[in-house]
Amino acid sequence: MTEQAFKPRDLSWHPPALYPDYRSTHLRAPQQQLLHMPQTKTELTGPTFGQADLSPLDDDLILNYAASGQMAQGPRIIVHGKLLDEDGRPVPGKLIEVWQANAGGRYRHVNDGYLAPLDDNFGGCGRCLSGDDGSYSFRTILPGPYPWPNGGNNWRPAHIHFSVFGDGFAQRLITQMYFEGDPHIPLCPIVQAIPDDHAIDRLVARLDMERTIPMDIRAYRFDIVLRGRNATIFENQMEGT
Amino acid sequence: MRLKESPSQTAGPYVHIGCAPQTAGLERRGMGPQLGRDMVRSDTAEKIDLMLTVRDGADDLVKDALIEIWQANADGGYAADERFSNWGRQATDLSTGLARFETIKPPASANQAPHILVWIVARGINLGLTTRIYFPDENNGSDPVLALAGTRAGTLIAEKAPSGYAHTIHLQGPQETVFFDV
Repeated sequence: MTEQAFKPRDLSWHPPALYPDYRSTHLRAPQQQLLHMPQTKTELTGPTFGQADLSPLDDDLILNYAASGQMAQGPRIIVHGKLLDEDGRPVPGKLIEVWQANAGGRYRHVNDGYLAPLDDNFGGCGRCLSGDDGSYSFRTILPGPYPWPNGGNNWRPAHIHFSVFGDGFAQRLITQMYFEGDPHIPLCPIVQAIPDDHAIDRLVARLDMERTIPMDIRAYRFDIVLRGRNATIFENQMEGT
Repeated sequence: MRLKESPSQTAGPYVHIGCAPQTAGLERRGMGPQLGRDMVRSDTAEKIDLMLTVRDGADDLVKDALIEIWQANADGGYAADERFSNWGRQATDLSTGLARFETIKPPASANQAPHILVWIVARGINLGLTTRIYFPDENNGSDPVLALAGTRAGTLIAEKAPSGYAHTIHLQGPQETVFFDV
């Protein structure tokens, strides 16, 4: 079997390695251009995951770290959407991992010393597999904004981190989801490193009243797009022709 | 329908919470083993240690990185089985900066020397960095990717260590590692 190549990544759509207003890039951005190489089997393949890799509460951040009978504190939300490729095709059966701060803007991490309190019932991590139609969903709480040391009065917008696997390692992606209407979005150097406003808009989840459950939980919709496949002869040509 | 890929964002300093919870000091209630932690799942004489460190432009260790590797198994295939997972994931240690993978050396393929794909994310890295690791004791002379790297090919070749191999990835500076646009 021949693996189908992935479409070239549009590097001008992604944030550049060096973005001076985001201070951590100064010493961590490669100075040389990325070296273009042809995709080989190594880049076209990737790990696969199944339900056996997950636990039943992995997609419920309200409960997955909570003591029995308790739950995480904060506004309850569903985050859902579809995992698609650039041709709009669902990407099923792929691992999506999320992590986030609690409602006060504090991460449960040994290195986070922000003065907002930890929530004993909130871990801030979850994972799921995309369904046959590419759909995924989590239950969680709305994360809080928080200040970060970047040389100024910088506050991160409320956000959720996403780690996504595709069919091949060339599709591997980490991104962040923001919430519509957050006034910190235009102020955040990490967001503004993305050169195109349309690209930024793609990371902003929309309040979704259709999926909101009355008297229970609000929903936000966030679709994720991975690199597409090249339309090669392998796709269009019948076997044996 | 033509869409654009979701733009990348940094994994940030707390990537461990979602991807390597033990490093974050987080033991999720009811969770199984951390994904990607164990690659070699049966006793095998071919097991090697692959010890990776990442250095920044000031030559300081990057102690908050997350590294994933992907490689062929002993037969040259890419499908995991009960003996070996082709995918590994480790954080660089928050105090020592070392990421240690227990894996096997992959074989040469039709036209490529044995190699391991490496993907690195961290605070300050806006788009995950892709590189490769080759082995100093293999015939690398005709590998097409090393040939593309030209005079910088040495930045892709690990060093022999007592229990396997050690390799330093330089994000920046005179020894900057070759990173690929694949």
